[in-house]
Amino acid sequence: MSQRNERSWRSVPKSVIAALAIALILETGFQSHQPKTLARAQALHQPPAVSALRLVSLGENIAVAQLMSLYLQAFDNQPGISIPFRELDYGRVSDWLKTILALDPIGQYPLFLASQVYPQVPDPARTRSMFDFVYQEFLADPARRWRWLAHSALAARHRLKDNKLALHYANEIARLAPHAPGWARQMQIFILEDIGEIESAKIMLGALIASGEVRDERELHFLTERLAELESAEKSSTPSKN
Amino acid sequence: MRRQIITLARFTFLEALRTRLFFVYVVGLASIFALTFFIQQVAITEASRIEIAFSAAITRLLAVFLLSLHVITSVVRELDDKGLELTLSFDLRRSDYILGRLLGFVLIAVLVATLAALSQSILAAKGGVLAWGVSLALELVIMAALSLFCIVTFTQLMPAMCFVTGFYIVARALSAIRLISKSPLSGESPSQHVMSWLVDTLALVLPGFDRYAPTAWLADGGAQWSAVGTASVEAAIYTSLLCAAATFDFYRRNV
Repeated sequence: MSQRNERSWRSVPKSVIAALAIALILETGFQSHQPKTLARAQALHQPPAVSALRLVSLGENIAVAQLMSLYLQAFDNQPGISIPFRELDYGRVSDWLKTILALDPIGQYPLFLASQVYPQVPDPARTRSMFDFVYQEFLADPARRWRWLAHSALAARHRLKDNKLALHYANEIARLAPHAPGWARQMQIFILEDIGEIESAKIMLGALIASGEVRDERELHFLTERLAELESAEKSSTPSKN
Repeated sequence: MRRQIITLARFTFLEALRTRLFFVYVVGLASIFALTFFIQQVAITEASRIEIAFSAAITRLLAVFLLSLHVITSVVRELDDKGLELTLSFDLRRSDYILGRLLGFVLIAVLVATLAALSQSILAAKGGVLAWGVSLALELVIMAALSLFCIVTFTQLMPAMCFVTGFYIVARALSAIRLISKSPLSGESPSQHVMSWLVDTLALVLPGFDRYAPTAWLADGGAQWSAVGTASVEAAIYTSLLCAAATFDFYRRNV
């Protein structure tokens, strides 16, 4: 490789140089006449079986799960083409997310995609299917997954305008995730208040204060004030605007 | 063809037999077969398709890796043992040496592809296997020529093997890279135009390996002989180019 081990290119026979030049011209000419590859949208296929993935991952389940997350996330932007979410098969998207969670149950990426990314589709049925996925997975591990259900509850309330669904999710967080922070466990109270269920909100708020779960003085003060507001609002029969 | 070229090709082939290249390869194929059988057992659906896809993909990688490593180590051994000096002391042109060695490696590549096709014929339909095997042979011929060019140019195993590996990865991914470079999401900045132009230029001097021996021919049928014909022309041109480049470098070396 060093300079002294090489001769000048003039020592190469002209026939070899000519052969090299001709081959190079033929190659570039051949390639420039090849039909260009066209981008075609590919349907999202079924994810491989979890057991097969565990086998091929050689013990690196987390790495494979993360790679699958990135693949799924990038699927709407296949090489050379951009696919709107509404053209994705959300049933298969759910299957992929389930498989990824089965490989890496502690990972939060699939739940982030399901609660924040895929619900952006302008199709309520598909959005609901993603929230339902989040809810089903929340039931399997409420302590780790409550925040994604909380996001889903807020999105159900404000994007889908489905108060019943939002309340159901908020109730489930309060019931199954006792270690979730106060704002998440108290979400049901404020949803009840928003939808005009003042009496229910008042009972739940009173029960929360009486239970002694809330120990932070400022939070307790805020909740007590809130309860007083609800009681005065009920007396005047005007639902709170908060 | 000069007698010396045939002799060199014969000895190159004999060397592959005596270094047990084919034995190692057959053991590898048997291992792949066992692994894919296991995967087929655990698959819930499309078990046969999964088995064929895994088997074909791993077999192709094994064939490319073993063949490239064999070509490079064979020439490195000859350089280290001073066998090259002895060979060139006979009535032999340097171009004959390259042609003879390449012919031998091409024969090995064809046999490797034949064994791969035979192993696939156990799982997939025969029509698809034949086209797949021919296409794989063409891919392996190019890889053999590339490995020979790299070891003649770099003379050391590590840089040669690294170059061959990088080349193979880029050549297989080139179509996808070209599509991504033209994606509407990649923007219209000058740097994107430069990158796109560079990728297009790279595509002019690299073989489109993603068109060679697609696994879909085995898994789904519908092998296209016209694609095999196009690949044959491309393989002939590209192998000639690599052979000429290797000869050019070999003539410049002081031995």
